[in-house]
Amino acid sequence: MTEKNIFGINYKEVNDILRNCSGEIKLTGCCGQRFIAAGMSDKNITLKGIPGNALGAYLNGACVTVKSNAQDAVGDTMNDGKIIVHGDIGDAAGYAMRGGRIFVRGNAGYRAGIHMKAYENKIPVMVIGGTAGSFLGEYQAGGVIVVLGLEAENKKIVGNFPCTGMHGGKMFLRSECADIKFPSQVTARRAGAGDMEELKAYVSEYCELFGYDIDRIMSAPFTVVTPDSKNPYKQMYVAN
Amino acid sequence: MKIEGQVRIPSGCAIAAVISKDGRRMSGEGIYNAMKPMHDRSNGLGGGFAGYGIYPEYKDFYALHMFFNERATRKNCEAFLKERFEIVKSEIIPTRKIPQITDEPIIWRYFVAPLNSVLLALQLDEKEFVAKTVMKINTEMDGAYVFSSGKNMGTFKAVGFPEDVGVFYKLEQYEGYSWTAHGRYPTNTPGWWGGAHPFTLLDYSVVHNGEISSYDANRRFIEMFGYKCNLQTDTEVITYIFDYLLRVKGLKLEEAANVVAAPFWSTIESMEDKKERDKLTFLRTAFSSMLITGPFSIILGFSGGLMALNDRLKLRSMVVGEKDDRVFIASEESAIRMIEPDAENIYAPTGGEPVIIRTKDGDEF
Repeated sequence: MTEKNIFGINYKEVNDILRNCSGEIKLTGCCGQRFIAAGMSDKNITLKGIPGNALGAYLNGACVTVKSNAQDAVGDTMNDGKIIVHGDIGDAAGYAMRGGRIFVRGNAGYRAGIHMKAYENKIPVMVIGGTAGSFLGEYQAGGVIVVLGLEAENKKIVGNFPCTGMHGGKMFLRSECADIKFPSQVTARRAGAGDMEELKAYVSEYCELFGYDIDRIMSAPFTVVTPDSKNPYKQMYVAN
Repeated sequence: MKIEGQVRIPSGCAIAAVISKDGRRMSGEGIYNAMKPMHDRSNGLGGGFAGYGIYPEYKDFYALHMFFNERATRKNCEAFLKERFEIVKSEIIPTRKIPQITDEPIIWRYFVAPLNSVLLALQLDEKEFVAKTVMKINTEMDGAYVFSSGKNMGTFKAVGFPEDVGVFYKLEQYEGYSWTAHGRYPTNTPGWWGGAHPFTLLDYSVVHNGEISSYDANRRFIEMFGYKCNLQTDTEVITYIFDYLLRVKGLKLEEAANVVAAPFWSTIESMEDKKERDKLTFLRTAFSSMLITGPFSIILGFSGGLMALNDRLKLRSMVVGEKDDRVFIASEESAIRMIEPDAENIYAPTGGEPVIIRTKDGDEF
């Protein structure tokens, strides 16, 4: 395992260090460097300190573990691989991601999963252990978003305007969602046995990563949100 | 060189702040170091800082920080000031010659008190008189620009990257109980010294990351009350809106935040608390032209405190953290970690949720 302190080093140099390394690498002293691990495919990277925006953008198979919080746009347009964040993440996590998995132990900011998409066997998955901010899954076109609301206490599991413009994919919220207002173009229903089976695969990985008891998490009611194909978006801007 | 108003450049920013709730004074070095990890958010066309509590020996006098294009302008302006103010001290603001900062104007500061006879003749209160005088100089006196006019506070700004601007102004030699900072990436204007943030009027200072889409609607409205937006930059109008709402109209900070970042009507309608619903409806209705739309994250500095606020859609990032008596606010957590690696309780306020921090003996309003 290679270890390197990158405090004060420019992001271009940081990515050069990563490119010239093989196998496992640990970077300490991160402080705001953007684009760490962008586009990388075959590394196993652990970060200490606070990585900058667009961590793992265009990630293509590498595994990135962050021991603290992460900033905005984690996994922007990622294609494959895994990003594991032990703290919270900022806004627009998983922006347009089209493959791979993001696991966040804590909370997500605004617009998590904005414009996620899927194609054939490429199905991106994002699991948020805490709560999510407003506009969760905005314009979601594919893939799976799971929000567990663990340790949320009295906080709502998701902020205002979730699923605005959602037209594909699936969302699981560990709540009955009685206090959540969804747009009329999506359907929110209680998760059935088949849904729970699918969900278990995502949640078990989360539990293994962060040491939670899967039975306890799965015993609570989940709401499943999908687009309502009977009530599609039409004439949003002009009648044509 | 073209200045603000002569050219439009269609094309983000970094903000940070620190405050000691105990009112303990901190050197300005921490705040300019905080801007270093956010270097790429700016493009070198503007950096600036506001420090509060930095002039305790002159705390009863307005500190006018000014840019002049030439010596003659300064002489004329001083003659103008002498007719209106008692000037207890006037001096060059100390700077360092560094290669990163060039083409500086003449940078001067005056500690002044309005002449009582002038106030009586004009029947104006002190603050209103100072605000009007600042507007007059900035609008009518070519080559002279007041960029700071509060008591026991001051702004320091320039064209350059913020960390260099801090070194240029020797901020490590000042001590304040709160500091705000800005790194500029001008989106509409060419980047002139006066156009750098913070924008100030009296004790209020604003640093802003974003680009508001309501600028002209806000400008047309605020100019009806005697404010003059000289620089075509959106942050200037935000500063005047806060001065109007807080000083002139006497709104509380929370109320002013509910005016500029008002909740959506749908959110107001869904509120169970009728009193809250009525209050928000009133504020949106009474001050509809002061609703600020489009992306912004701002930090408002005032005597004895700070307020951080995001637009209601939260189109810009902002995080808050704390450690002991200090509270930190920044566009990125990395900036907070630069000042205090062990900062705790890091969180991102929601859109439209004001974060207000006051020093223990700060003004209540």
